[in-house]
Parts: sequence; C-alpha cells; structure tokens
Amino acid sequence: MIVVRRPQDEEELASLVREASGHGAPLAIEGGGTRKGLGRPVNAGITVSVGGLTGITLYEPAEMVIGARAGTPLALIEAALAEKGQMLGFEPPDFRRLYGTEGAPTIGTVAAGNLSGSRRLWGGACRDSLIGVRFVNGLGEIVKSGGRVMKNVTGLDLVKLQSGAWGTLGVLTEVIFKVVPRPEVTQTLLLEGLSEARAIEAMSAAVGSPFEITGAAHLPAQAGAPAQTLLRIEGFAFSVEYRAEALAGLLKPFGALGRLDGPTAAALWRDVSDGALLAEPRDRALWRLSVKPGEAAAAVAAIRTTREASAFYDWAGGLVWLATPETGDAGAAVIRRAARQASGYATLLRASDGLRAEVPVFEPEPAPIAALNRRIKTSFDPEGLLNPGKMHSGV
Amino acid sequence: MGAIAFPTPQADILARRESILAGLAALLPPECLITSEDERRAYETDAFTAYRRVPMAVALPRNTAEVSAVLAYCHAESVPVVPRGAGTSLAGGAIPQEDAVVIGVSKMNRILEIDYANRFARVEAGVTNLAITNTVSAEGFFYAPDPSSQLACTIGGNIGMNSGGAHCLKYGVTTNNILGVTLVLVDGTVVEIGGAAMDAPGYDLLGLVCGSEGQLGIITEATVRILRAAEGARPVLFGFPTSEQAGEAVAAIIAAGIVPVAMEFMDKPAIEICEAFAKAGYPMDVEALLIIEVEGSDPEMDATLARIVAIAREHGVKTVRESKSAMETAAIWKGRKSAFGATGRIADYICMDGTIPTGQLPYVLRRIDEIVKHYGLRVANVFHAGDGNLHPLILYNVNDPGEAEKAEEAGNDILKLCVEVGGCLTGEHGVGIEKRDLMHHQFNRVDLQQQLRVRAAFDAQWILNPAKVFPLDGRAA
Repeated sequence: MIVVRRPQDEEELASLVREASGHGAPLAIEGGGTRKGLGRPVNAGITVSVGGLTGITLYEPAEMVIGARAGTPLALIEAALAEKGQMLGFEPPDFRRLYGTEGAPTIGTVAAGNLSGSRRLWGGACRDSLIGVRFVNGLGEIVKSGGRVMKNVTGLDLVKLQSGAWGTLGVLTEVIFKVVPRPEVTQTLLLEGLSEARAIEAMSAAVGSPFEITGAAHLPAQAGAPAQTLLRIEGFAFSVEYRAEALAGLLKPFGALGRLDGPTAAALWRDVSDGALLAEPRDRALWRLSVKPGEAAAAVAAIRTTREASAFYDWAGGLVWLATPETGDAGAAVIRRAARQASGYATLLRASDGLRAEVPVFEPEPAPIAALNRRIKTSFDPEGLLNPGKMHSGV
Repeated sequence: MGAIAFPTPQADILARRESILAGLAALLPPECLITSEDERRAYETDAFTAYRRVPMAVALPRNTAEVSAVLAYCHAESVPVVPRGAGTSLAGGAIPQEDAVVIGVSKMNRILEIDYANRFARVEAGVTNLAITNTVSAEGFFYAPDPSSQLACTIGGNIGMNSGGAHCLKYGVTTNNILGVTLVLVDGTVVEIGGAAMDAPGYDLLGLVCGSEGQLGIITEATVRILRAAEGARPVLFGFPTSEQAGEAVAAIIAAGIVPVAMEFMDKPAIEICEAFAKAGYPMDVEALLIIEVEGSDPEMDATLARIVAIAREHGVKTVRESKSAMETAAIWKGRKSAFGATGRIADYICMDGTIPTGQLPYVLRRIDEIVKHYGLRVANVFHAGDGNLHPLILYNVNDPGEAEKAEEAGNDILKLCVEVGGCLTGEHGVGIEKRDLMHHQFNRVDLQQQLRVRAAFDAQWILNPAKVFPLDGRAA
C-alpha cells in the first residue's frame, strides 16, 4: 500500500525527508503525475507529491526571469508569461498523450527531467534556461544553488546537476528560469517528399544559414501522406518575411519551399515536441535518441535492418523519436549500438513496467562515470532515499 | 595587498621536492617540465597580479595521456595540482602555491576536427577562444562566448571559469555552448562527457564541470558548438543625461520583445577614460552611455534599430550615433573593448564582477559611488546592461599600500551589495582566491557543505586547485 504525502511548504517537505531518513524509508517523488511510466519503476512505500508547493514567487519581465514553487502547473507559468509577451525558451514538452495520463505537468518536473521541445535547437535545453533552484536533499536539508540573475558563476553549478537528475539528487522545491520574448510572428516553411537522409541535409543547410531556425523537424512519409520537412522561423514580421524568402532561395536544390498556415503549424509543432506523433499504438516501446544530427538517418536505417520501427526527427536530426514493438528487449541492444555509432545515446521513454525493470531506461554508463555518479548521488542522498533506482539500478 | 590567505605549504611535500621532480621527469620530456626558479616565476600569478606564489614545478603535457600520467602521479604522491590555461584569470583562479605542481595546457593547442554540417568543433584545451572563431570564420561560423581576453585565453580556462563576454545576452555563456569534454579525473582516469550530440546522458556532469574552476579534474579536449554568424552586426551609441534613464531604456527595449546581441553600459568616468585613450568620438556631455548592437541583414537591422532608437527617445536620450560603416563600428567598440587597458594607463585598478537584477541598477550605481567615495577612491563603471553583470573598476595607487587595501575592501563591499540586492558575487570571472572568503555571504553553511560534498566526490584529498573557491575554514565535508 503506497502512502501519498503532500507537504504544503518547503519546511514540511524537509521534515518529511528527515523523518523518512530516520526510518530508512525510500521516497518516490512526484509532481503532477503526468509522467508516470518514465524512468525505472521506483520501489518506495511513500510517494511525496510536490503538488502542494505552488505559486509564482518572482516574475520580472524586464529582467526576463521567472521563479515558481516546484508544484506550480506549467500552464499557469506559461499563461503568466504570455500575458507579458514572453515564454520559456525551450518549449517544454507535455507527455500526457504518451502515457495516457491526466493532471497538470508541473514546472518542477519540467526542470528535474531537463526535457526540451523543438525550440531546443535554437533556444537551448531546459537546463540552459534554468538559472536557480532550491531543493531538499536526502538529509532533509534545504539547499539553494544559482539564483535569479542569468550570469552567475559563483560556486559549483548544482542547478545543472539537478536538471536531468529526475529527483534522485534532491526534491526541487523552487525553480527559476530565464525567459525570452514571445515572437511577433511565427512562420513554418515546408519541404515535401524528401527521403530521410536528404531531409537531414536540407535541415543542416537551413540551420547552418544565418536565418535563425527555431525548429527543424522531419516527418517521414506514411499511409499515403508525403514526407514533410518543417522549418520554423520567428521574430518581427519584417524579419521573418525576409528570412523566409532567403531560405526559399537557399533550399531550392531540395524543392519548392511551401508555407504552413499558423494554426496547423502550431498544432504540428506541439505534436512534434510532445512526441505525440508516435503516441499510438500505446503498446509500442518508445525511444528517444540524441545523436550527431548528420548521422540520424543512418542510425534509423541500421535499426530497421533488424526490426520494424517508425521514427521522426527533431532538432534538425539531433533528436530521433522511434517506436518499435515491445518484443525481446524492445530493440535496446541494436538501438543503443546505432545511437553510439552516431555519437549519441538512447533513452527508453515508454515501455511496460516489466520491460523497464529489465532493460535500462537511461543509457548504461561506462564504469568510471557510473562510479563518479554513485559518489555524487551519495553526496546528496547518502541513504539512497530519493527516487531509488529511478535512473539506474541500485542508484 | 595581502588580505587573502594562502594555506601554509606542506613541509613534507617541499622536503620531497627532488624526488617529486624526478618522478615527473620520468613522465614528461625535458621541454615539458619546468623546474628552474627563473622559469617557474613566469607562472607565479595570473591576471590577479597582486598575489604571487612560485610553484614547485610546472608541467606542460602534450596530450591527454601525459596529463593523466602527471595527475595520477601527483595524486599518488598527494601533491597539490593547479590547472592553468593562459593565466588570464582576474580572480586568481590559476595562482599556484609553493607546494603545488602547475599543469598547463598551453602545448595542447591543436584544432582536431571541424564539422560544419553538424555545427561543432573539437579542440584541445589549450586552443585560444579567438582561434576557434578565426578557424571557422571563413565559412561564416563563429564560437559565441567572447571574453575580453579572448585573444589569449584558452578554451580549457573558459570552461573552467564558465566565461561569458559581451554577447551572451543572445548566445549564452560557455556552459550553453559546450557539447562535450575529455576530462582527466584526479587519479588519472580519463572520461569522455558528451560529444557531438546536442545532449549528454545521465547527470549533467558537463554542466557541473563548467565553472568548477579546476576543482573537479583537468579538461584536455572540448567539443564546442559553432554557430553560423548573422549576415551583419551594427552597434548604435546612445548618450543619456542620467544612468537611471539609460537603465529604464534597457528595460523598455527588453519589454518590447527585442533582445539585442549586446547592451553595454559605461558611466561618465568610464566614458572619459575610454575616450581619452581610444578617441572613439564618445559624447562627453552625458552621464551614461549605452552601446547596443543588433544583428541581421541590413533591412532587418534598420528596422530593429529604428524601434530601439524610438524607445531611447522616449527615455530622454541626448545623443544617438548609428554606425554607418565598418570603421565607425570598430571605433564604437574600440572604446568599450579597451576599457580595462585604458583604465590601466591612468591608474591601477581592480575589476569587480558581481551580477545584479537589472531593476536594481540605479540604486546599486548610487551605492557603489557612495562606497568608493567612503574609501576616498574613484570608480569607473563598465558593464553588460542586459544581464546585470557589473564591472566596477576601482582605481587606486598600487604604490600606496593603504590605498590598495582600501580598494580591496571597497570591492568586497560592492560584492556584498550585489548579493544583498538578489545578485551574485561573480558573473563571469569566477571565485578564484579573490572572492573565496566572501562565499559565506552568498551561501549558507548547508549550501556550501553540499557543494563541498560534490567536490569531494571528485577529489576527496583536495589535490586539485586546493586554495580556491571555498573558504579555507569549514572545509570538512
């Protein structure tokens, strides 16, 4: 029987962790619960929800900075930013459609997962926008790192370390992000009918141009629909129009550059960022491969020689979403080998609980890195109370 | 000066000097090991020249394997190691100590791979910041972080300090522009973190190593992100009657959704010093100067600048000078970029590096003026207005020991002020030894102990850059 505890403030959360420490009782950490199914199953009798820690604590539009308690719904943050013509620069994905979950994604889990959407190509990852955190470590201590200013090199950067640690190094209680202006105009340009390899070349040419591409995705042909290569440019109207024309010239060798209308494009980018294009069928394993962009198509081709897989590309090829039947190891060995050959790695984003207990969800680490990470884990959480085994078995 | 303490050199290490030198000599060819006092003296300090300590030896390995061998040896012998790039740290991050071996990366200066299609360059740690941009500029690419010392400073040092520059408002600092590193751990183990992909798996060790000031290992290679440069860049110079108005104009520009590639601020003393040196044609009848640079094609820059100029006029701008040519652009930037050098011609100075929330700007400038006057000194303010990273230059006379001490105290007061208003001790120069003893003002005991435990996960014995970053007291993790 799992007990859910829902502290109402940071102090209560800290004492809850101290109490758990007294009993050696591990804790599963949860935000909005929309990403249940991501990570290895955590074996803990107590779930700590940070959903009670809500509210924007700081928003200075002129300083392009926003801070909020970890359990604040992402939607609330995005609405507050939109009101002042701003947004998070990394287009945080929403995985509810992948996992079939309900509830509201929280800003804390966005930070803890370092998950970034299509704009990561231009705007950097979640961890690049995250500039300050407060967290409770496994000793039940409240720790801060970074702050509210975007240039800060004071001391070790524990902010970055928390982003992508999935709550294994601390329970985030407050996060501070730098933000960017919401563009006046967004235009999505479209190339049709390209092969995967050719699409990567087109995206590389576009991203290697001076025209500031904020999204570059390729959706291979399927069920009669032609392949689509999407390029997004944003900014002031005069500038977007100029760059759209310039790109049409640059990309002529790849075909005529069409334009997608605003609402269609916005929905499509949402689907790309959220991985929703591969959400169904639900029983397929879903992988995310981060690779050298130019080798993405070859990596996918190599995987397809051994198993059936559907895929699409984001980040100009740097990110591959790949769905494959959950048979055997769900392709883990061949997929990880292909990703490594493309100078990258793979994450098993979605699979059954059983498979995720068997197959490493996160990329297995070379021995010296694994040893280092264990020591880092111990430095935050000596008793291994926080999300034990979420990332790697025994950590 | 001399208020900053160094640990007492460990007598047992000094006593073993001959055997340690012999041990190092077995690992490196003679031209890679410096032992004579004359030559070691060249490494006694960095750009924080008020403090000097001659190291026991200087190792200049040629590759990762040699760095690994030297580190493993020093670790086994418990000999402190001070990593060094080009020695341009303004915070004393590369200042050695008498019982330490300096490991310099200056001989590791090859560019290993450039990949335009995948937008990265792989370089050895001793390659200079500017050399990367120079190597890729023919293809229209650049490496974004541009610290003032970019002609000399190395990418290894940049990663160690998480260096910034004038253009990070748009492009971020070093940590946002590095994809991977080869890191030699204290026991000589070589690990690869990240690489040509945009993200690295597992804990963000890359983010942790950036700005760790040589406390966690020695970087021998780096994969850096290169970007295609904009079609053009153009600065405009704005003179304002007051600093407040300049600050309000900066806020209004950001509120209008414009993120210029750079927004640089100079106060009256800085304007006078820079103009006297660079003859850049800066207006002398204003209290504050902003240099705002935008990028894009000519029509894009025209349109963006028109918006910025309109905003500046709403905030009482007195002088507007738009660059019409490459020569004018160079002249506008020459004054700003020579600020430190020009100041050095008229006085000795120490350069502060705190960051503040930009909304606090008018208050902080007023307080800085009061603090410096209190000590009977002068100050010139140059800073990155978009991100609130201040560089007050406190002027003093180095031959007057009393003044030097006062300058240091005034600097400390200014940094404490930065923390008080919600900012931090250092935005891009690093803590080094300079701000080490002020860390208590930004972090409480619990915060610092957590950082120390993370440090200990890499180097439990305090072999790496031991007298830096963390206050000497309370170090037991």
